[in-house]
Amino acid sequence: MTVYENPPPDDGATSSIRDIFGSLRDDDWRRLGGCMFAAVVVAMMTGTSGNAQHLTAGVTGSLFKPRILVFILFGLALWALMTAWKRYGDDVKSSLSEVRELRTAVAGNQWARYGGYLAVLLAAILIPPQLSVFWQQVLVSEIGIYVLLTIGLNVVVGFAGLLDLGYIAFYAIGAYTAAYFTGFPDANRRGHISPLPAHPPFHLNPFFVLPVAVLVCLIAGLLLGAPTLRLRGDYLAIVTLGFGEIVRITANNSESVTNGPRGAFGVPHFSAFGYHWTLDLMPYWYLLLGIIVIVFVLFRQLENSRVGRAWTAIREDEVAAAATGIPTLKYKLMAFAIGASTSGLAGVIFASQVGSFAPDNFRLINSLLVLVYVIFGGMGSLPGAVAGASILIWLPEALRDHVDPQDRFVYFGALLVVMMIFRPQGVFPSRRRAREIGLAEAGSGGADAMAAPGGVLQQ
Amino acid sequence: MCFTHNFWQLTISGLSDGFLYALIALGYTLVYGVLQLINFAHSEVFMAGGFGGLFAIQAVVGDQTPHGMTSVMFVLLGVVVGAIVGGAVAFVLERVAYRPLRRRNAPKLAFLISAIGASLFLVNFAGKEFGRQAIPMPDLYTNGTVFSVFGADVQTNYVVVAIAAAVMLVFLDRLVAKTRLGQGIRAVAQDADTASLMGVNIDRVISQTFVIGGLLGGAAGFLFGLVFNVQNNMGFIPGVKAFTAAVLGGIGNIRGAVLGGLLLGVVENLGVSCVESAWRDVIAFGILVLVLLFRPTGLLGERLGRSA
Repeated sequence: MTVYENPPPDDGATSSIRDIFGSLRDDDWRRLGGCMFAAVVVAMMTGTSGNAQHLTAGVTGSLFKPRILVFILFGLALWALMTAWKRYGDDVKSSLSEVRELRTAVAGNQWARYGGYLAVLLAAILIPPQLSVFWQQVLVSEIGIYVLLTIGLNVVVGFAGLLDLGYIAFYAIGAYTAAYFTGFPDANRRGHISPLPAHPPFHLNPFFVLPVAVLVCLIAGLLLGAPTLRLRGDYLAIVTLGFGEIVRITANNSESVTNGPRGAFGVPHFSAFGYHWTLDLMPYWYLLLGIIVIVFVLFRQLENSRVGRAWTAIREDEVAAAATGIPTLKYKLMAFAIGASTSGLAGVIFASQVGSFAPDNFRLINSLLVLVYVIFGGMGSLPGAVAGASILIWLPEALRDHVDPQDRFVYFGALLVVMMIFRPQGVFPSRRRAREIGLAEAGSGGADAMAAPGGVLQQ
Repeated sequence: MCFTHNFWQLTISGLSDGFLYALIALGYTLVYGVLQLINFAHSEVFMAGGFGGLFAIQAVVGDQTPHGMTSVMFVLLGVVVGAIVGGAVAFVLERVAYRPLRRRNAPKLAFLISAIGASLFLVNFAGKEFGRQAIPMPDLYTNGTVFSVFGADVQTNYVVVAIAAAVMLVFLDRLVAKTRLGQGIRAVAQDADTASLMGVNIDRVISQTFVIGGLLGGAAGFLFGLVFNVQNNMGFIPGVKAFTAAVLGGIGNIRGAVLGGLLLGVVENLGVSCVESAWRDVIAFGILVLVLLFRPTGLLGERLGRSA
């Protein structure tokens, strides 16, 4: 770490350009290089596109045009700001210490937190009916569903520290369970169409499939977890990744059971107690919101219970946890199964709301995205999970109007890298994680729950 | 048995796939060895190598398919340019997406997310710059049967891939085992903190490790493009497979990665003769799961430090 000396005293009138250049240090020059690199990359991101016939058109159109000067200028401005912040940032920070104290006090205050939750909940109840149909659709079939998935994965990754890269498989299992049980036992009866070629023993309303799907995914989670949870971090990741792909490919290839790549078609809408959900999106939103709130509260209770503390212990140091008498496999299985069943719940709602889906809805990238939402929001933090999924789903949809829709994920990817560089703890980190990461940054102990103390580089 | 029918033919095409997997897998395994980090963006390094090779080849090859020594020179040129581009992208990747996090001592999952972000960025960035269609590499030689073993035809493609890969693999093995640089890599893989106390410049070693992985991955990207096509998302499936191969052999273990790659390629190809080709990936992952259940650290065990 470079130790910065105090900036030279500013005499006002005598400071000249030479002084400024003379005061630049190696780090400043390196940062200038970084800013110029960023300027060129952003210029290319926002510039013209090339294609297979004109491979260099994108580069020449973005870089060898006067517009590059604008980006260079922005880069220089950014560099000046960053350099100034490095020198004088500490003064600004200390002068803002009262603001920070106030923020900590508010964040630590139980009532302020409840007030925040209430405000978000009220907004979630009151605002959606005013939105356009497009945004309602995004809210229900993307944000709502994925928030539920993210909360579920947060239990597995955030609470128990198990890296699961095949999480979307349980979502698929939930969706296919819904499609299967909403079919009819007798295929030939007129007017009855089953979503899948396979016929169930009895017909169920999607509403009553919810508990069935939870059960099925719970069992699937246990079946996958029991043999694999003995594996260490990254091996678990690759095995779950493989499992996720196996589920998707199996669904894709089992033409006679799952209808293959064409997928399930005509899953009925919910209906319960005389009320029928229809194409109208708002009832689905409120159903989802209700489920999210229930799951949120349940998981919050779980987090602060004996189970949650056991998970934390396992996440921090599995060997030590086992040594203190925690049955680690049991608790890991529990986290896995709870995550899986939450995912199944989301799957049923998804299937019933969209009516038709295909194996392509359950690709590896979807598993990775859910993981990204968890970490972006703040690993192990429930409000973080909600925020992470909401922000990161909103962003590409909002970009749709401003950039070529195919290019949206350029910005998405860049945002992830920038976020991890400047705020690896995520949007709303849990207090425990924020402290761990803060300590690690200050050089004491590892930030990593899954590594031994000493840093990332160690085994 | 189903695979006895075409056994040798499938084994040979499997070995050809396997050599490519092995080259990519080494990038994963080297980086994992020194950083304990799954470099999810490595598949994009591979893709960059494919494009680099494509550019070089398009610049030099005219309308006619070259032959003889000219072909050899062109293949060599493509491999070298692909490797250089791959190495350069890997270098920049480490600088931009990993080093700042390492400076902050960030948690491991932050690296993973940064890697996923970099991967998404690079795939779509390449899509924006070069279009999203598959681009065929101009022919560098006429692909035909070179010779036959056990009644199986060995095509020119297989020979090119096998020779190029074998040379690089031997070279890498010697590099890690014998040179000062390799010693540094092994030291950092064994214990980074101690290595730094012994005077190893960790930052430099990590950077060099990324570049070496990138060189191999980029060369593999060119070879892949030569046999198939070049496309912005060409890295995804080979990347996942190669990562599987690296884990199969024992991640962080150089010879393990090569063994895992070759094994995966052969088994996949043999398996396809038993079931429909749509199940190909299921075979790969099924084997991985089975191996890990019985040998939780892969076939040859982990640790780059011990491997050479």
